[in-house]
Amino acid sequence: MGAYFSEIFRGLQSLATGLGITFKEFFKPVVTVPYPYETIKMSDRFRGHIELVENEEGKPKCVACGMCQRACPSGCISLASKSVEYEVEVKGEMKTKKKKVLTKYNLNFTTCSLCGQCVESCNFGAITFSKEYNLASSRKEDFHFDLLNRLKERNS
Amino acid sequence: MSGPIHIQPGETFTLNVGPQHPATHGVLRVKMEMDGEYIVKAETVLGYIHRMHELMGENRTYPQVLPNLSRLDYLGALGYTHGHVLAVERAAGIEVPERAEYIRAITVELNRVASHLFWFGAFVMDLGGFTPLMYAIEDREYILDMLEAVTGSRLTYCYYRFGGLYNDIDDEFIDRARAFIPRMRKSLKKYDALVTGNIIFRKRLEGIGPISAEMCRKYGATGPVARGAGINFDVRKNEPYSVYPEFDFDVPVYDECDSLARYKVRMDEMEQSLRIIEQGLDKLPDGPIMPKKKPKLIKPPAGDYYQAVETARGSFGIRIVSDGTKNAYRFKLRSPTYSNMSLFDEACEGMMIMDALAMMGSLDLVIPEIDR
Ligand code: SF4
Ligand code: SF4
Repeated sequence: MGAYFSEIFRGLQSLATGLGITFKEFFKPVVTVPYPYETIKMSDRFRGHIELVENEEGKPKCVACGMCQRACPSGCISLASKSVEYEVEVKGEMKTKKKKVLTKYNLNFTTCSLCGQCVESCNFGAITFSKEYNLASSRKEDFHFDLLNRLKERNS
Repeated sequence: MSGPIHIQPGETFTLNVGPQHPATHGVLRVKMEMDGEYIVKAETVLGYIHRMHELMGENRTYPQVLPNLSRLDYLGALGYTHGHVLAVERAAGIEVPERAEYIRAITVELNRVASHLFWFGAFVMDLGGFTPLMYAIEDREYILDMLEAVTGSRLTYCYYRFGGLYNDIDDEFIDRARAFIPRMRKSLKKYDALVTGNIIFRKRLEGIGPISAEMCRKYGATGPVARGAGINFDVRKNEPYSVYPEFDFDVPVYDECDSLARYKVRMDEMEQSLRIIEQGLDKLPDGPIMPKKKPKLIKPPAGDYYQAVETARGSFGIRIVSDGTKNAYRFKLRSPTYSNMSLFDEACEGMMIMDALAMMGSLDLVIPEIDR
C-alpha cells in the first residue's frame, strides 16, 4: 500500500519537474525566423544549383571543354559550343586562331544531386554554386535552367 | 453491407499499419493480424521506396556513386558516405592524410548526435509527448547549421572524397563545435530531467518490447538495439577503422533488453560522441586534406573488398567486388536498419499494438535505408 502511494507521489513529482522545465523555456529568446517576412543568409559554402562564373569582360569563363558534363553522375549538364576565329598578334604578325565559344549551357536541376563534382572537375573555375534556395514550382520546366541566359540577365 | 462490423470472440482481423502512417516514419507497411488489441502475427512489407542504389553502384563509375550513399539514411548520412569512401580507399589503396581523417571523425560524430537527437524527439512524439521534439530540433539545428557551413548541405551531404575531403574546415567551425559541446551537455541534462524521469514515459517502456541478445544474433541486429540487449559490440571498438583507436570513449551497454534500455543506450551515446568530438578538436593536426597526388581515375585492382562502419543505427557494411574496371562488378550494401527491423515480426507477437509501436520507435527505423 505504501509503495503504491509513494509511486503516485514520485510520478507526480516527475511530472512537476517536466512542467518546470517547459515553463522556464517560455522565457527563452525566440529561435525561429518568421519566414517569408524574414529570411536567413545562406552560408558561404551553401550549395544551390550551379551558376556560370564570368571573367572581367562579363563573358563566361567556360572554355566548353565538357569535363563537367562527363563528371556529372546524373547527366544534368548539357552544353554546346561553336568555334570562332580570332586574330592575335604573334611576334608582330597577325595570325588567325580558333577557339571554342560556349553557345549553350543548360542545367536540368530536377535530377541534380548537388554533389559538387562538376565544380570540382572544372579546371578553369568556370562554375560555382549559387545561393538560390527559394525554388518552388509545380512545373518541371521551371527547373531547366539556361545558365548562359542567367549570366546575361545578371549582367544587364 | 451496412452497419457496424461485429467481430466474434476468437475471430481475428487484419490491420494495415502504413504504408502511409506517422508511426512508421516512412513508407513501411506492417500487416498485422489482430485479436482485439493484441497482435497475433505481424508481417512487415518492404519495397515501397526501393531505388536500386546497389545497381546504380554497379552502373556508374566510383566517384559518380558518391551522392547515392547519403540518400540511404537522411538523418545520419555522413556515416554512410564515410563507409563508402573507406571501402573504395581500401580497394584502390589510396592514402588519406591524417587531418582529413580527423575531420571525418568529427563530422560523423556530429551527425550521429544530430541523428540521435531527431530520433529522441520523434520517439517521444510517438509516445505522445510533443514538446521534447521541439527542444531536440533546436539543438539539432545548431549542428545542421554548423555542418552546412562546411559541407554545403544540410541533410544529403556529399562531402567526403576518395582520398580526403571536398574542402577544409575553418576556424569558425572549430569555434562553433567547441561552443556546442557544453551546450549539448546542458541539453542532455534537461532531456534527462524532462523525459527519462517522466512517469508516463517509464511506464510505457520499462520491461516492454523485449528483444533478447539471442534474437539480435539470430537476425543480425547491431547498433543501439544490440547494445540495449547486453551485446557489447561497436564496430568502432571491435574492428577499428579511421582514427577511432586514437580516441578514448566508452560503449554504453544495457542488458535490460527492453525499450527503455535502447533509449538509454542512445542517450549515453550522444555523450560519448561529444567526448570524441572534444578529443578530435584537441588533436586535430595541420596539413593537407587531400593526398599530394589526387587520385584521378579510380580503378581498384580485381578483388573483393569489405568495410564496415558504425553508423547511428548500427553496423553498416559495404562490399565492393572489382573486376579492375572503372565500375564495380558488385556493389553490396549491408544496412543496419534492415536487420534491426526484421526482428520486429517475431518480437511483437502477442504484444498490445500500442506497445508494439513504442517498440518500433525504439528500433530507430529509417525506411529509405531499408529499401535502398
Ligand atoms: S564549366 Fe568548366 S569543366 Fe565545364 S565545360 Fe566549362 S570549362 Fe569545361
Ligand atoms: S552538382 Fe553534381 S549532379 Fe549537380 S550538375 Fe553538378 S555534377 Fe551534376
